[in-house]
This record gives sequence, structure tokens and C-alpha cells, in this order.
Amino acid sequence: MSNFPFLSVLTVAPLVGALIVALLPRRRPELAKQVAFGWSLLVLALSVIMWITFQANGDRFQFRESYPWIPNWGVNFTFATDGIALVMLMLIAVLVPLVILASWHDAESSKRSVPVYFALLLILECTMIGVFAAADVFLFYVFFEVMLVPMYFLIGSYGGHQRQYAAVKFFLYSLVGGLFMLAAVIGLWVVGGKTFDWQALSQVDISTGTERWLFLGFFLAFAIKAPFFPFHTWLPDAGGAAPAGAAALLVGVLDKVGTFGILRYCLPLFPEASKWFAPWALALGLIGIIYAALLAVGQNDLKRLVSYTSIAHFGFIGVGIFAFTTQAGTGAVLYMLNHGLATGLLFLVVGMLIARRGSALISDFGGAGKLVPLLAGVLFFAGLASLALPGTAPFISEFLVLIGTFTTNKPVAVIATVGIILAAAYVLWMIQRTTQGTLNPALTESDGMRRDLSLREKVVVAPLIALIVLLGFYPKPVTDVINPAVRATMQDVGRTDPAPTVGSVQEAAK
Amino acid sequence: MEETVEYAQASGLLGSVWLLVAIPLVSAAILLLLGRRADRWGHWLGVAAIGAAFVLGLTYFFQLSGLENKSVEQNLWQFISVGDFKVDFGLLFDPLAAVFVLLITGVGFLIHLYAVEYMAHDEGRRRFFAYFNLFVAAMLLLVLGNNYVMLYFGWEGVGLASYLLISFWYGRPSAATAGKKAFLMNRVGDAGLAIGIFVMFATLGTTQYDEVFNGVGSLTATTVLVLGLLLLLGATGKSGQFPLQAWLPDAMEGPTPVSALIHAATMVTAGVYLIARSNPIFSANHTLQLVVVSVGAVTLLMGCLIGAAKDDIKRVLAWSTVSQIGYMFLGVGLGGAAYALAIVHLLAHGFFKANMFLGAGSVMHGMNDQVDIRRFGNLSKYMKVTWLTFMMGWLAIIGMFPFSGFFSKEPIIVAAFEREGWTAWLFGGAALLGAGLTAFYMTRLFVLTFHGPARWTEDIEHPHESPKLMTIPLILLAIGSVAAGFLLATSVPDWLQATGGLGGQEEGHEAVLAHWLITVLSLLVTVLGAGLAWMLFRDGTATEPQPAGVLVTAARRNLYTDAFNEAVFEKPGVFLTRALVYLDNRGIDGLVNGLAAAVGGGSGRLRRLQTGFVRSYATSILTGALLVVAAFLAVQAGWLA
Repeated sequence: MSNFPFLSVLTVAPLVGALIVALLPRRRPELAKQVAFGWSLLVLALSVIMWITFQANGDRFQFRESYPWIPNWGVNFTFATDGIALVMLMLIAVLVPLVILASWHDAESSKRSVPVYFALLLILECTMIGVFAAADVFLFYVFFEVMLVPMYFLIGSYGGHQRQYAAVKFFLYSLVGGLFMLAAVIGLWVVGGKTFDWQALSQVDISTGTERWLFLGFFLAFAIKAPFFPFHTWLPDAGGAAPAGAAALLVGVLDKVGTFGILRYCLPLFPEASKWFAPWALALGLIGIIYAALLAVGQNDLKRLVSYTSIAHFGFIGVGIFAFTTQAGTGAVLYMLNHGLATGLLFLVVGMLIARRGSALISDFGGAGKLVPLLAGVLFFAGLASLALPGTAPFISEFLVLIGTFTTNKPVAVIATVGIILAAAYVLWMIQRTTQGTLNPALTESDGMRRDLSLREKVVVAPLIALIVLLGFYPKPVTDVINPAVRATMQDVGRTDPAPTVGSVQEAAK
Repeated sequence: MEETVEYAQASGLLGSVWLLVAIPLVSAAILLLLGRRADRWGHWLGVAAIGAAFVLGLTYFFQLSGLENKSVEQNLWQFISVGDFKVDFGLLFDPLAAVFVLLITGVGFLIHLYAVEYMAHDEGRRRFFAYFNLFVAAMLLLVLGNNYVMLYFGWEGVGLASYLLISFWYGRPSAATAGKKAFLMNRVGDAGLAIGIFVMFATLGTTQYDEVFNGVGSLTATTVLVLGLLLLLGATGKSGQFPLQAWLPDAMEGPTPVSALIHAATMVTAGVYLIARSNPIFSANHTLQLVVVSVGAVTLLMGCLIGAAKDDIKRVLAWSTVSQIGYMFLGVGLGGAAYALAIVHLLAHGFFKANMFLGAGSVMHGMNDQVDIRRFGNLSKYMKVTWLTFMMGWLAIIGMFPFSGFFSKEPIIVAAFEREGWTAWLFGGAALLGAGLTAFYMTRLFVLTFHGPARWTEDIEHPHESPKLMTIPLILLAIGSVAAGFLLATSVPDWLQATGGLGGQEEGHEAVLAHWLITVLSLLVTVLGAGLAWMLFRDGTATEPQPAGVLVTAARRNLYTDAFNEAVFEKPGVFLTRALVYLDNRGIDGLVNGLAAAVGGGSGRLRRLQTGFVRSYATSILTGALLVVAAFLAVQAGWLA
């Protein structure tokens, strides 16, 4: 099975599905939804087979394929995946069907075509898979930019309040970051001997000054994408305006391209510069953790609130990456996965609440638990996962990030730990204002609030809850896949974990 | 001197210790997942699960007592393994854990039984039992883990369950706020505990109990101090000790059985457990012990003072909990043999406090949920069982001979007097003063509730005694309040000998006062306090708030600790959030939008250059070409090299 071209097939398959869905007649929206959903399940099935085929202890990069594209420039369609990318591919494959199912009625309220909405979701899946599967820097760049297009239309055409503003801002902001990266990609091509192949480029020695500039080019693009403070202001607008399903993918997956890019491109290709810039990156991460958490506390719009919580979480990921230990690094990658599950769930549930109430403002809720107890319960669970309670998957990633950071940089870890208190504050206050307290009379008058979770919605949330709990108690299948890739990345950077200062007790006993 | 801690592998029957956590957890999951379908029988499932856990706990207890090495551990599965950081989902069953298991499941079972009746008319009874069992599962995991990460797992789980139970009536804003407050203050402590775990890993490379304890000797004094203070921060959060005590009295917003189970008998003892469990760390540093003792002494006096000024029966009991746990902290801080004394007091307290909380619930049940003790009085005539059982609890908590509090509290006072130099007088005196104050405010509570003239509100005609399902647990707990101290005072320290570090072989100093004198003194202050309260309140009290002096006003306002928290954390926090929201929208985002506007404006101006006249384009091209040529020449000539 390991010879099967998983990655190219996985990249192309959603595109084919998108074409089919888009060509379906506009007056048959149900069919379009069903085809899109079925197609995304096929992609999921194939991804599961790939996951099983992947050998955790095998080569760092597996399923490598390469086809010439523009030979003159040394551009190839090269795909390969390591444990880090594999985990993200799995996350995409799991999230997209659930998002499609959750968005079942989302496109109906707009005047636009329903099939196109679902086709856009599949195109988005194609570009997301491509960006993680690419092993050619140019190919990565292309997917990185193309990815913006479907999301632009999802927000701009199907979004809510201020969608045009949000979509344009999202697009321009990302594009600016992309341009810096393009400059750096070309620079890399020049100094790297006119190749875009990741493997070849990772062997190249670059002079210190050039390395720093190239690092900055990539880092800026990724910091905008992730987003890190102070490049974050597009996310609350985009997340607030996007339809809930698209927002779940935007924050759950798309933004991870930023942190993934840092791990795959910045650290291995520019190890010295990464170390040189690490204090700055740590500072940005730390500011993000505290600053965005405080902002989340102050939000009155559910989707913007969730967006800000994500910025705080990205701060944790950033800190984990630049702490340069296997614990923090593995924690950061695990965080990317867990955050996708937890915040994905949170966005979807918030979307269900908003769809019922017809408003995203927290002040329009209050005491909703009385009317929709199950929905309120799921919202609470998603909140608990977001504040990284033990027993949910995010706990393990957050704990790993913090403990791994503590061994190399105590002040950063201690300040970041304050973030767990703030996380409890924004989650619980949000819960209190929406589902607890006296029942807002306006809620009883709204028709939607009389219906608790439907069967379709239960099917959407159940797999995510199950995964979050399962990985909260037994994360080993995932950490075993991530761990070798992170260890290899840390070797690229040339950092090893510090030994216990007093010496390990087990070793002393030996 | 240095003893190493060694745990044996669990085998035979003890290999199923995990059931203790699994049974309550699974029952909670069933109750939550089945939803309304389980409404009719759900509460019985909840009771049965805890009953089963208690029976299992007893069985394991007897198994353990027959073993040579009384510390058995069991690693269930590899939880986290990244680099050198390896944590197993592992359990440890040793004398200390066994004692806690019996307390949690035993007292827990009685409270469960009581709650079946108490919550009978609440539509959320099934949900209540689901949370209740979730709590028991988390608490059992907390005391059964064999490493600090497992402890943390249970620790936060307990925080979650208590949040759910405090804000059980979530429709009441005050309940929702109280739950949030409890969770947040606990999280402050949790953060301390978490950083403590980081310190262990960074210095010793492990979080396993045995490895950490065996490695403490190799740590520097500063590291031990920092580590201990971090653990202490965690302990103060969960146990409602100064400075993180403010959530505990507010937690009385939950149904009364919650107050009995969580905020008296079990959850708040977690901090004491943490310090007792980590005794090799705390015993290794005298400054650290001094801090623990100080926290205990300050809190026990604070609890007494505030408890004496409150009129809400549950809040008085809540502050008495704060105060009694102060005694336990005093005990574990004194170290040596006093560790075991603290555990004895913890167990005795588990009985008498559960007894009194449930008694208070029974009173409220008969008085239309009235909680104001100024509105009680003369209930001894109407609620005989509640009155008599509450009396046992009252006599126990004030430490009257021969009730349990006497056997558990008095030794801690003696131990406090055994400290070195002036600190013996300071902490011994505080403990003694606390005993007198406790006698005063608990007698006030007892007399105002059950004796004196009736001062009921008009809607009450004839208070009724509670049904059997509520009084039977009361009677059993009352028996415990009477007998537990005497039975536990010698047996528990012996039993705990086998727990690593709790041996107590280290002899303290000679007490600054003779032992018999301390006993006499503590009985004397108890009788004085109780007598004074009896004299003052036997004829009842005013039903309206009375003007008061500085001290009483301060005590009524929780010694201004809430005001302090509000002024120092809450208000600036709210202001900061608002300021940041403004900054983010106007400042950072304003910059971005400003940039965009500038670019937009700039391009608008640039657009004017696109005149459409070929001649102007040609000029531009010419200029550009000249520039390029010039640049080439410059490079060739080496001007720019």
C-alpha cells in the first residue's frame, strides 16, 4: 500500500468532487449537499488508510511523489508527508465532512447558489491538503496563496454582517504576507542552487545575514497566517463574518498553515536564524497568550470571542515551537490538532446557537440552558476543551508545551501558565452570559430556541467530542506519530532537550 | 536517616484498584448520556455506584493491611511519553490513599443516600447525581494517582465537578457567579501546582511520587522552598485557605448535600492530602514549614472571626470549615508526628462536618429553605433527630471531651506548643484562641437554631422532621462524630506509619507547657467560649441587622478580603480588558486600516499618472531605461562595489 500515491490523489480528489458538485443544477441543492458529504467521506476513508499505512518509526518523510512541472526553474509537483503534516491532513479529513454536515442549511439564507457553497468547501479542502502535502517550496507557496481564494468567496459571498470588509481584509492581509514569502522563496531559490526541493534546500548553507532575511520573509507570512500578535486583527473580523462552518475550517485548519510553515520551513531551512529570532518569537507568542485572552474576556460577539481565544491558543503554539524541546515541540503540534478539534467544535456549536437566535451577540442570550440543555451542554464541553481541562485532548498539548518550555525558559513558561487562568475566565464568563442566569425573555419568543440539537447536529458534534475525550486519555497513537518528526526538526535546529538539573533519578539508580 | 520510598506492584485483588475510579465515572457518564430516560432510577444508580466503591474500598483496605509493603502501585497505560517526559496513567494504593478512599466513599455514600430524598423534588436530580459521581471519581483519582500529573488530573476534575455542583441551579445568577468564582480561584491554585510539576520535571526529570521523594535530598534548599510554595499555592486554592479562601463560603449556593460532600468532607481536604503526600518535600525545608504553619494559623483565626459574625447557617458552617482546615494545615505544617494528627482531624472533621451540613439541610427542609439563624429557634422541640444529631456534631467540633474533636484537635494544639522558641507561643496561642472562638460561634449557631424562643417567619406553622432517608445518614454520621476521634486517634497514626515519610519518628521539641496543662487550657477555653455564647444567645437575638463595632463589621464583610480582591484584581482586570478592546480596535486594527487607507489613497493618486497619453508613457520608459543603463554603468565601473 505504501506505493499508492496517497498525497496527490488526496489533493486532487476534493477538486474533482468540487467540479461535480458545482456542475449540479442549482435547483437541486439537496443532491449537491449529499454528493459533497459523500465525497468528503471518501477522502476521509482514504486518509484513514494513509494513516494506517504510515510507519511512525519509519523514514521522516513518507509517500514521496514527484512530477516535473516547470523543469527550467526546477519546479516540481513534489509531495511528501512527515508525522506533523500527516496529523494535519487527518484533521482536515475529519473536519471537512463534519463542517459540510453542520453547514447543511447555512447557504440557504443567502441568495447565492447552494451547490457552489459546497463546491467551495471541497476546493478549500483540496488546497488545504495540498499546502500540507507539498514538499516543494514553490508548490507550497502556490497552495498557500490559492487557499485564499475559496475562503475569500466563502466569507465574502456567504458570510454575515460586514462580510465584504472582512473578506477583503482577510485576502489583502494574507496576500501581503504571501508577497514577503514570495520574495523569500525566490531568494531561497537563488542561494539554494536554483531548486525548490525541500530536501535539497535543507542541506544548503546560507550566510548569516541572508538567512535572517529569508527567515523573516517566511516568518512574516506565517505570523500573519497563524496569526500572531500584532498581525492578528484580521482574524476576529474574518472569523466573525464567516459562516460558522467556514470559520471552523479557517481557525481550525487554515491558520495552522502558519505554525506548520514555521515548523517545516523556518526551523529546518534557517536553523541559525530561528535561534537568533527565537526570543522575539517567544515574546510575540507570550503577548498573544495574555493579550488575546484578555480581549476574549471583553468580547460581546460569540464568533469574535472564539477567534480571540484562538489567537491566545496560537500564542501557546508559537511558544511551544520556539522553546526548542521535544516536549514543547510535540506539544505544539498536538496543540495544532487538538485546537482544530476543540475550536472547530466550539465554532460549530456557537454557529448552531447563532442560527437559532439569529444573533451572535452574547447580550442577546442569557439562560439559554433552560431552553436547549443539550446544546448548552455541548457548548460547555467545547469550552472545557478550550480551557484545556484534563480529560480533554487540549490539556495534554498545553501541558507539554508548558513543561517543555519550562526546561529551557522558565519565565516564559511561568507567564504562559497565567494564560490557563485567563482561559478559564473567558470560557466561564461566556458560558455564564449565554446559558446560565435568568432566562432572557427574548429567547423564549425566538422559534429556533425551542429546538434542541437535531439528529444531524448530534452526528456533527458526537465524533468531535469522542475524539477529544479519547485523545485526552490516550494520546499515544498521535504523539507517537508526531514525536519522531519533531525530534528530527529539533535536530535540524541543533537543539537537544536539557537534562534534569539534578540528574535523573532513574539514571542515578542504575 | 534518609529512607527511600519503594512501591510494590499491585497483584491479586489489588490489581483492580482502578475500579474505584472507573465505577463512579462510568455511572456519571451513563447518567449524563442517557438523559431524561434515566430520570426515574438515575439517583439509585448513583447511590449504588458509590456504595459499590465503598465496599470495594473496604476490601482493598483489608487486603492492604495484610501486606508487607503497604504501598502498591499499578500502571494502567502509558499516558504521555515524549522525550524524557514519561507519565503513566498509574495508581498508588497505600495507607494514606486507603484512608482517603474510605472517607470519600463512606461519607460520600451517606450523603448520596441523603440527597436522594433531599433532591426528590428537584427536576434535575439525575443531573445532580451525575455531577456527584463525577466528583467522587475525580476525587478518588486525585488521591489514588501515583504521580503528580495524575494528581493534577483529579485535581482539576474536582474543580470542574465542584463548579458544576455549585452552579447546579444555574438559573440563579448568584449560583452561576459563585461557581465561576470557585473555578477561577481554584485555577489560580492549579497554576501554582502546575508550575510545581514543571519544577519537578526540570530538576529531577520525573513526576512519579517515589522518584520525586527520593530525589528531594539532592535539591538545593531554594528549589525545595520554591517547589513547596508552589504546591502550597495549589493546596490553598483547593482547601479554601488564605489567600484563596473567598470562593468557599460562596460555594454554599449549591444544594446542601454539595456543601456537605464537597465543601466539608472531601474536596477541601485535597490540599491537606497534597501536603501530607508531599511530606518529604515539606519536611525538607524549615522555612517552608513555617509558611504552611502560618497559613494554617492565619486561616483558622480568620475563619473563626468571620464565622462568628455570619447569620446564614450554611455560611457559618462554611467558615468553620475554612477554620478547621486551618487546623489541618497547622498540623501538616508542623511536620513529623503532626502529619498523622492532621489526617486524624481531617477524618473526624469529615464526619462531624458532613453531619452538621446535612443537619442544616434538614433544618432548611423543615423551614421552607430558610437559612437565617436569626429566624430559627426552639427547633429542638420539633426536629428531635436533627437536633440530637446536630448536637453531636457541635460537641465534636468544639472539641468537648469525649467527642471526636477533642481527640483530633487537642493533639494539634499540643504539637503547636512543641515548636521551637517563641513560635511555640505564637502558634500554640493561636490554636488555643481558635479553640475558644470555635466554641463561641458554634454554640451561637447551635443555640440560635435549636433553642431559645422561636423567631420564625410567618409562613411557617409547624416545622417538620425530615424523612427517614435523611435522618438515617444523620444518625450514622452522628455516631461517627461521637466515636471517630477516640477510635482514630491511635489507630490512624499507626496505620499511616507505613506511608512513605509519614512515620513521624522525628521527635519534636519539648512543649513549652506541660501536656496536661494544655489539655486543661483547651478544655477551659472551650467551656468559656461555649458558656459565653450560651449566656448571650439563650434568649434569642434580634431578627434585624444590628449596628456593630469595627471588628464585627469587618468580620461581616469577610475581613474585607472580598473588597481587596475586587479592588486589586477584579476592577483593574475589567478596566484592562476594556482598555485593551479599545486599543485593539482603534490602535492596532486602526493602524492596519490606516495603512490600507493610505495605500488606497496612494494608488488613487498613482492612478492619475495613467493618463492614457502615449507620450507620457514614452517619457517614463525613457527615464526608466536611462536609470537602468546608468545603474549598469555604475556597477561596471565599480562605483558601488
